[in-house]
Amino acid sequence: MHTKTIAQLAQGLHTGDFSSVELTQAYLQRIQQYQSLNSFISITGAQALAAAEQADLAIAQGKAGPLTGVPIAHKDIFCTQGIKTSCGSKMLDNFIAPYNATVVEKFTAAGLVSLGKLNMDEFAMGSSNETSFYGNVQNPWAENTVPGGSSGGSAVAVAARLIPGATGTDTGGSIRQPAALCGITGLKPTYGRVSRYGMIAYASSLDQGGPMTQTAEDAALMLQVMAGFDPKDSTSVEHEVPDYNADLNNSLQGLKIGLPKEFFDAALNSDMATTIEAAINEYKKMGASVVEVSMPNLKLAIPAYYVIAPAECSANLSRMDGVRFGHRCSNPADLNDLYIRSRAEGFGTEVKRRILVGTYALSEGYYDAYYIKAQKIRRLISDDFNKALQEVDVIMGPVTPTPAFGIGEKTNDPIEMYLADIYTIAINLAGLPAMSIPAGFINKKPVGLQIIGNYFAEAKLLNVAHQYQQVTDWHQQTPHGFE
Amino acid sequence: MSLTAADVNKIAYLARLGIDTQDTESYTKDLSGMLELVAQMSTVNTDNVAPMAHPLDQSQRLRPDQVSESNQREDFQRIAPQVEDNLYLVPKVIE
Repeated sequence: MHTKTIAQLAQGLHTGDFSSVELTQAYLQRIQQYQSLNSFISITGAQALAAAEQADLAIAQGKAGPLTGVPIAHKDIFCTQGIKTSCGSKMLDNFIAPYNATVVEKFTAAGLVSLGKLNMDEFAMGSSNETSFYGNVQNPWAENTVPGGSSGGSAVAVAARLIPGATGTDTGGSIRQPAALCGITGLKPTYGRVSRYGMIAYASSLDQGGPMTQTAEDAALMLQVMAGFDPKDSTSVEHEVPDYNADLNNSLQGLKIGLPKEFFDAALNSDMATTIEAAINEYKKMGASVVEVSMPNLKLAIPAYYVIAPAECSANLSRMDGVRFGHRCSNPADLNDLYIRSRAEGFGTEVKRRILVGTYALSEGYYDAYYIKAQKIRRLISDDFNKALQEVDVIMGPVTPTPAFGIGEKTNDPIEMYLADIYTIAINLAGLPAMSIPAGFINKKPVGLQIIGNYFAEAKLLNVAHQYQQVTDWHQQTPHGFE
Repeated sequence: MSLTAADVNKIAYLARLGIDTQDTESYTKDLSGMLELVAQMSTVNTDNVAPMAHPLDQSQRLRPDQVSESNQREDFQRIAPQVEDNLYLVPKVIE
């Protein structure tokens, strides 16, 4: 049962092959069995079983939606009413969210059953899940390797088939990179497509929630629930939500794929290049054509990101001050001491680094040189993509420079960790939608293919990903020991 | 761009973020490294480029000035570190 996709599970629930309670029990048992992966921060079994009973009732009464009764889990960045929402931080270890994120509300309203909250890098700042207050998450494909981050728990739980689908968030690659390193499908939608309300903010002009699943078809099913305008999110975009499953089976005959030459330069590991080229050859067999495109400002994406994201995080995280919620130090001498020590004790090293850089970049006299400069670079990068996307339907390339790296391998050098996000960060700066889909293995470690599309072209991306998954079986492979 | 330990302590104070004395050196090194990375931005001229705040260049939406939320003080204060008489308590600010 656990290897089934969301589409297959939904079908089985509707035809009565199994009940939502049975499914929920089976997945909860698997989650317990593989707790050593550390993919969950909270497991909400009792609430899940109650929701599953409701789902079964709705199905019996003919009141069910297409995904009623399907189990999922949420990244612990999404506020869940009455349930701990830690964001991977000691700061929020005692935070029981008083309300639901819009994304959580939508899944609940659609009848899906949440089994718990998934591990992540602290406040979504990290590319390896090693900054989590709750410890590392084990990549099920190779011992002692990272799952990627920041949505590492989401990626591992889906890869190990502990849940059929999960929510994630992506600020600089946090859905696509762990999806790539764990051999699953991940979609970062267009900025503004999915509500950020109740999704704890890291960098508000970049953050975007999306689905993490086995298949593109499942990602389409989940996005259908998640997407849409939300008046509670001031940057949400009013744009019609199409039927994401309608175009999945469209032919790719005549599809124009752009390959940015800067994605395939000397920095790309040669095994990686070979794997990506093989995936692109599959597309050629399906009738696609390939042209080279150029992203001359790509090299500035990481520098611009490490101004914009820290600046926005330093402002967003100022609310974590020990006054109204979250961690408070003991016996504060005065108000300043309360702020300073609560934050010193509550935040981990990587979060502190980014708050400090952001505070510096926004301090008096530096704003123009850093934040405004970075926003101008952001425009140049966005223009590069817009220009390329006038000529091609999608852009393809790697998601990461290498497959999963070792736990501890990059923790001593934060800059080296940042540089590994070279292929994903620019897409967030431009605000475009992009996917990572399984495209092969190097030394038994999964490799992801990145597919980037135009604004609100999620249906096109899903179609392009789904067609590849009809002629390959990388996405169906399960790590050894988790079959 | 290289920072000194004094710079880092000043930034940390602005951020109301305590840093252990023994960690100041490593933060100074890491922050200087990050600023060096960021300095690559100066290699490109952006004089005539408009800053981009929202990827779709959307401006802030306005809504009618109507009450849309109910008072949830009890829910919000239930998770507060310290409250009394419906007020959040902090150390004495005014002598």
